[in-house]
Amino acid sequence: MAKQISVFLENKAGRLSHVTRVLGDAGINIRALSIADTSDFGILRVIVNDPEKAYRILKERGFTVSETEVIAVQVPDSPGGLAGVLEEMAATDLNIEYLYAFLGTAGNDALVVFKVEDTEKARTTFQEKGIKFLDENRLYQL
Amino acid sequence: MTYWDQEKECMPRQELEKLQLRRLKETVYRVYAFVPAFKEKMDQAGIKPDDIQALEDIRRLPFTTKQDLRDNYPFGLFALPMSEVVRIHSSSGTTGKPTVVGYSRRDIDTWAELMARALVSAGASRHSVIQNSYGYGLFTGGLGIHYGAEKIGASVIPSSGGNTKRQIMLMQDFGTTVLTCTPSYALFMGEVMQEMGIAPSDLRLKSGVFGAEPWSENMRREIESKLDINAFDIYGLSEIIGPGVAIECCQKSGLHIAEDHFIAEVVDPVTGEAVDYGEPGELVITTITKEALPVIRYRTRDLTTLTCEPCACGRTHVRMAKVLGRSDDMVIIRGVNVFPSMVESVLLDIPGVEPYYLLIVERKGNLDELEVQVEVSERIFSDEVRKLEELGAHIRKELESALGVSVRVRLVEPKSIERSEGKAKRVIDKRSI
Repeated sequence: MAKQISVFLENKAGRLSHVTRVLGDAGINIRALSIADTSDFGILRVIVNDPEKAYRILKERGFTVSETEVIAVQVPDSPGGLAGVLEEMAATDLNIEYLYAFLGTAGNDALVVFKVEDTEKARTTFQEKGIKFLDENRLYQL
Repeated sequence: MTYWDQEKECMPRQELEKLQLRRLKETVYRVYAFVPAFKEKMDQAGIKPDDIQALEDIRRLPFTTKQDLRDNYPFGLFALPMSEVVRIHSSSGTTGKPTVVGYSRRDIDTWAELMARALVSAGASRHSVIQNSYGYGLFTGGLGIHYGAEKIGASVIPSSGGNTKRQIMLMQDFGTTVLTCTPSYALFMGEVMQEMGIAPSDLRLKSGVFGAEPWSENMRREIESKLDINAFDIYGLSEIIGPGVAIECCQKSGLHIAEDHFIAEVVDPVTGEAVDYGEPGELVITTITKEALPVIRYRTRDLTTLTCEPCACGRTHVRMAKVLGRSDDMVIIRGVNVFPSMVESVLLDIPGVEPYYLLIVERKGNLDELEVQVEVSERIFSDEVRKLEELGAHIRKELESALGVSVRVRLVEPKSIERSEGKAKRVIDKRSI
């Protein structure tokens, strides 16, 4: 399990640079990020080294921000690695809301951040199937 | 139940109407004699002061409009020489030449009297600490409330608008019990209080008297819960006298118009024909005690209804419904009248949506487009695009069914819509017609 910070951004010049600058000035390191966008607005999703602090700082600066539980899954860094994980998830009816790749790696494995409908179910499934995922404290340190 | 002036506020209607007729006649004589521009209007309409024999005869008199005030800028409609005028107020003049109004010494007393009634009606007394956050200056809000608050013997804090954190500090330190300002500013204060970590229970605030812009019942609920107070609507306009023309009583079921000083009518905004009690239309007011600037049948451009039903509070003066909108604020989109207050009402019915919004009207090709900007607060934020889009669609559907016109909803970042310390700006009309 890991905490992802999500920020609402208007689709306007300078908004993304503003939020990243706020995080940078607070000494927060972005470890992974994805942006979901529509024509009017976007949602910035980040994994950072200190989610609590990031949440607090962004809130203080007036951003609309939320914390979301996600899972950082270790995916074999070889052809078909991600497909294998996704097939297992499909087989157990685990719905994925979105996913994005992590910048670092965990040993030989690539890391993919998953947001699923049912985090508990995902965890048990991964444990049963022997799919590794990263403990949050380790993730923030990567 | 307390009144400031029970004899006047609860005067039997028959007696009240007799008083009105006498004062109306006097006013018409004075205006005819001392205001050449209005004499000309009356002559054109073929009516003489002597023709006013009953209250209904008021309908034969010509209207006064904001344009008349502008055409006679600055003092052309004054009925007294400047040596008798002790105060001048003026509108901001954002839509052209400002309108200028003048007061004799007795007018200032009348105004203070009206404001005293209003404040007492809203539960204030000499024991109240009234923080007056209406702007002081040319705008009538600040000084108007101020004189009435002193009249009832309350302790007045003339904090004027702006510097919100200091306003809240004053409330805390001075034990403010009554807040007077625009409803949008009251709401903003509530928001800043929250940010400062100050709960309503940390304050002694009991009630608020809010006016100078139209606001919905939903907005009242929002303000009352955010500040934990009783919120009262006050009505007035500088052309008539300023705040205190009408005030809500404890029943909060319409605003009593001070009929011993004003005659209120409601007319069809297009034809100018009088409409019946209970029918919506434009409020028209005649002043019957003003000396410096008596105004006959002033077209307020405020849309409301009147009721003469007796009120449980005991006051006999006619009540006007909360103003639906000022026809100046009304935007006509593809032939449909849209008031910001309608948008506000819809938004506040959707859980989690904050009452900060902006209407932007543009003409694309030959078609008017209405965009409503709504702030995304933490309570409604989801990190899933789908959910935010559903929210946007839901707001759009609710707005469209209430307004009867298609709307584009744009979700914007919190605090990106300008907070107002005075009258809120709700509409940006980019159409060049």
